[in-house]
Amino acid sequence: MLNIFQMLGRSALDVFRKLGRANLFMLYVLGGLPGLLTRPGLVISQLHSLGVRTLLLVGVSGFFVGMVLGLQGFNVLSDFGAEQTLGVMVAASLVRELGPVVTALLFSGRAGSALTAEIGLMKATEQLSGMEMMAVDPLWRIIAPRFLAGCMAMPLLATVFSVVGTLGGYFVGVQLLGVDEGAYWAQMRSRIDFYDDVLNGVIKSAVFGVVVTWIAVFEGYDAVPTAEGVSRATTRSVVYSAFAVLGWDFILTALMFGEG
Amino acid sequence: MTGTPPDSRVYVAIRNLVFRRGGRVIFDGIDLDIPEGKVTAIMGPSGTGKTTLLRLIGGQLRPDSGTVRVDGAVVHDLPTRELYELRKRMGMLFQTGALLTDLSVFDNVAFPLREHTRLPESLIHVLVLMKLHAVGLRGARDLMPSQLSGGMARRVALARAIALDPCMVMYDEPFTGQDPISMGVLVKLIRDLNRELGLTSIVVSHDVKETSTIADYVYLISSGRVVGKGTPEELEHSDSPWIRQFLHGLADGPVPFHYPAPPYADDILPSHG
Repeated sequence: MLNIFQMLGRSALDVFRKLGRANLFMLYVLGGLPGLLTRPGLVISQLHSLGVRTLLLVGVSGFFVGMVLGLQGFNVLSDFGAEQTLGVMVAASLVRELGPVVTALLFSGRAGSALTAEIGLMKATEQLSGMEMMAVDPLWRIIAPRFLAGCMAMPLLATVFSVVGTLGGYFVGVQLLGVDEGAYWAQMRSRIDFYDDVLNGVIKSAVFGVVVTWIAVFEGYDAVPTAEGVSRATTRSVVYSAFAVLGWDFILTALMFGEG
Repeated sequence: MTGTPPDSRVYVAIRNLVFRRGGRVIFDGIDLDIPEGKVTAIMGPSGTGKTTLLRLIGGQLRPDSGTVRVDGAVVHDLPTRELYELRKRMGMLFQTGALLTDLSVFDNVAFPLREHTRLPESLIHVLVLMKLHAVGLRGARDLMPSQLSGGMARRVALARAIALDPCMVMYDEPFTGQDPISMGVLVKLIRDLNRELGLTSIVVSHDVKETSTIADYVYLISSGRVVGKGTPEELEHSDSPWIRQFLHGLADGPVPFHYPAPPYADDILPSHG
């Protein structure tokens, strides 16, 4: 019996210790951000590998999610004779929820896992340590540009996801199922509010971007420097990101849309 | 004391160094002097913390007590900025080479120059080719680290370690896992660089033969203590049984062949009662 409490206590301590490390780590990395102003090339190349290379995945997924929304929405709405509002339903679902959340999950699977594995392997092969001995701070030279690029890429990707999804809904709803084209767009424009819907969605995706990238770079840096350690860290990176995104989504949704 | 290092300014001075890791004592009061401009070898069995010693000198680890002085400054008391300034004057050759795998050979050697200087690219080009020429790999500048053999990777890492013209280079097991030819190349490089650039060199190794040919002075470390020191010739004629066992690679001696274990018979025969 005592052992159970001991184990609980020990794992709780481990969790808090890790949270503490993650926070100190991030504090230090943030200190490196101003230095990046003079070397934008570092961030741009990371934007390319994290953002541009995730674009196709996000675009295709967005189109399919939009098409599914079009189909499902049409089925439900036409029961009430309200298929003219299909555009509102598709766009609201995308910009408020699916855009940020699904993009964040895809981003952590495609870019976050790659970040963790890359940094973990750099640690395992002493590249980070070697950099320290060359008087180059790896937290500033390697981690900071990746973190910043991840935070910048996520909202952009989520926007692409929502835009492409809206087109997917248009393709199914208007082109295939015969919803009036003018109604699809006009209803969307009149009922989707820029601040309440679009901006809140962008804020969500920005928060998810910080959370997912933070988890990814920290897990890589904190990885046990062995093959198994890096593999575990990569798994953890994706799993923790999923939990964190869904948890934060609930909190943010409650704050943003709770009263409406 | 069997003698002090040859007359020369002391570049690295370690006094009464104690270092523990996870409850295990790695160093238990070590004193070392690394003379300037010489090749000093630190030898000892695997797992005696020789790499750890280099990390303590480089300021990547902090001692539990005692001091590590490099060029007069106590490494572990330096503020980060000054520590980084000091590190620009040290090069370190990692056992694995630690090359940046996403950069070509050329860019790897150029890395410290680009990070720490504002030299124009044309000058960096010249400097990098000079360093690569010194290690004989000018022709390999466009290869990626994954295309290099282990020996070549170490030579590239060496070119990178001397890119900023350091005062001191630390070699972590430079000969491990090398074929005889690349071993010979590395021995020659370490000796030549030391002589021609006036480098202070620290070679951590357990390859007795190669290390003895280049070292001016040798420290033998075992179980967290300095167990022998002197020039390679002095150690060769040492009458300490441990030193003899280590230098001549004898299977049994003061360091027993068997890991501590209960008596053989008790282990094998079913226990009585």
